[in-house]
Amino acid sequence: MPRLFEKTKILESQLDEYLNHTSEVGLLLLEAIRDYLAGRLEAFESRRRQVSELEKHADRLRHDVEHELYVETLIPESRGDVLGILEETDEVISAAKVTLEQFSVEEPDIPDELSADFLELADYGNRAVQELVMGIRAYFRTSTSVTDYVHKVSFWEKEADKVGERLKRRIFRMDTDLACKMHRSDFVWHIDSVADQAEDVSDRLTISAIKRSI
Amino acid sequence: MVLLLLSSGLLLGWSLGANDAANVFGTAVATRMLRFRTAVTYCSIFVILGAVISGAGATDTLGQLGAVNALGGSFMVALAAALSVVWMTKAGLPVSTSQAIVGAIVGWNLFTGSQTDAKALIEIVSSWVASPILAGAFAALFYAIARRVIERQPIHLLKLDAATRVSLIVAGAFGAYSLGANNIANVMGAFVPAFPVRSFHIAGVFSLSMRQLLFMIGGFAIAVGAFTYSRRVMMTVGKGLFRLTPVTALVVVLSEAIVLFLFASQSLESWLLSHGLPAIPLVPVSSSQAVIGAIIGIAIVKGGKGVRYTILGRIAAGWATTPAIAAVIAFVGLFFLQNVFGLTVAKPEPYAVTQSVLHKLEQKGVPGRQLDALTRLRFGNARSFERALDSDTELTPEARALVLEYAKSDSFYISPRLIGSLDHSILNEAQISAIAELADSSFSHEWQFREALARISPAWRPPAMESPGEAGTRPFEIRHVLDTFRVPLRRPSG
Repeated sequence: MPRLFEKTKILESQLDEYLNHTSEVGLLLLEAIRDYLAGRLEAFESRRRQVSELEKHADRLRHDVEHELYVETLIPESRGDVLGILEETDEVISAAKVTLEQFSVEEPDIPDELSADFLELADYGNRAVQELVMGIRAYFRTSTSVTDYVHKVSFWEKEADKVGERLKRRIFRMDTDLACKMHRSDFVWHIDSVADQAEDVSDRLTISAIKRSI
Repeated sequence: MVLLLLSSGLLLGWSLGANDAANVFGTAVATRMLRFRTAVTYCSIFVILGAVISGAGATDTLGQLGAVNALGGSFMVALAAALSVVWMTKAGLPVSTSQAIVGAIVGWNLFTGSQTDAKALIEIVSSWVASPILAGAFAALFYAIARRVIERQPIHLLKLDAATRVSLIVAGAFGAYSLGANNIANVMGAFVPAFPVRSFHIAGVFSLSMRQLLFMIGGFAIAVGAFTYSRRVMMTVGKGLFRLTPVTALVVVLSEAIVLFLFASQSLESWLLSHGLPAIPLVPVSSSQAVIGAIIGIAIVKGGKGVRYTILGRIAAGWATTPAIAAVIAFVGLFFLQNVFGLTVAKPEPYAVTQSVLHKLEQKGVPGRQLDALTRLRFGNARSFERALDSDTELTPEARALVLEYAKSDSFYISPRLIGSLDHSILNEAQISAIAELADSSFSHEWQFREALARISPAWRPPAMESPGEAGTRPFEIRHVLDTFRVPLRRPSG
């Protein structure tokens, strides 16, 4: 029995670490884009590498947690939900990582007049991620408060959508060639995908929280 | 031969293990909180412990209902109960071993003309009604507490899981112990009166009474049932009928265990009595019905949605139909066993209104002249005596009950040779020396013998009793003495 509680403690801290990584990725995404838009490319690259490292570590943590949950047949009733939530959260981290990689590889030319909107978009993505992390933490402890966070994730995702649409309209009304417009629009889509992924996880979280109530 | 006759009890034990182990550990196994092998191992150990340590209470109540005093009768009673359980299960009706065995014992009483103790019967039937209601009340209370605690205290899902897992094992072990204590009466209760009271010393370390040995054998039969056949039932209980979360499963098991324990614990009974509280009758009740009661209790707290109240009607119908079917099977079976196979299914229990009976009844305020017509007759069983009482006397119900109690005949001769064979692990020195003072005496009624013992020594009086005269309530010791000195009776012709 003490072994069971010891294992539980280790798993709890692994889950906490995983969620810390997710939260950090959200913050780093915002700061990296701020650096990129301000032309601080070295700082941007450093943050991008940090996100890549966090993604790798989060992946390892997720595998370890999944393995332990199965081998020790822990939380049998909620295991499917927990694994689903962790896997979908991984998609949020991946979306942030891919976005920064695309910036690094393609180095899109973003004019100053669009910078504020791009930054706002990244900010809303980050907010959605932070609320999601809070929601998942609540799911593990008190399932009743999950809805408060899920509601906020949904709010920031919609805000991000609004900014994304506005940005795309502005991009396509600019006097540049279509390739450039397409290129910039592609980056709007990338940044927006982070909030979208966060909302997908939060949808699943709502159902799982209902199932968890005794 | 003894083993062959015990086989019906073992069959009953096996079916109890196969079905009722699921009530204790079913939800834990079905929700994969516990491995099947771990669950049945715990279940078996605690069922046997419960049966051996605390099985006596409910068994005594069954003994009061009808003391099946010949092994042939015990065999048929257990077989009738087992057959009705199998039959009703096949017919898809809710069935309980407890109800089947009570019906079978009443069937034996009817066949042999023995008295059915109405008080014991009422006590038993009212406990059947009370047990699911009590389980429902406990479950509703525990569920409300658990929900409040979980909602107010942020317990991590993993920690809650570990705590629930440990609690399920503890509650399951308690449930298995209570199941053994309460339901061993169903498996072996019908056999206990047919075996003499003796004790067995194991490796000089501890000793078991004959009754405990029977309970241990019954406990093993339950364990075999759990190991061989309970997995499927566990899956049905845990998943098929009602989908429970691990926490609600814990509430259900705990409520069921407490109810079974309440109806089995002699120590709780004496504690309640010593504090001037009404005692809970020690009666074998149905674990399945306690589980259903608990689940309905939780459902009501949840708002009462999705409760199939028709199931309550089916349970209530089972309270009447199961005993009736078992009684009929027992009656017919006993007829065949006695008349076709020539087996003794009951030892004679004659009645006679002797001078000493008349004297005793006078003391109790029953006028002897009312019984004049019966004084020179001997009656073969309770039924013929009751018939004579009803046609030849006009006694009040209280007086009639007293006549029935004191006119029951028996025969005891306190042989000096047998005094030496008394079991010192059952009786203390004071009790044995009291018996020695009665050497060479004879008694024709059990109450005479009990009174003689109580008069000689306080060791034969219950602790609370101040004055000698009434027979002591030391059932275990007195039964050993009665069995030792009883002279077998011939079946009277009258």
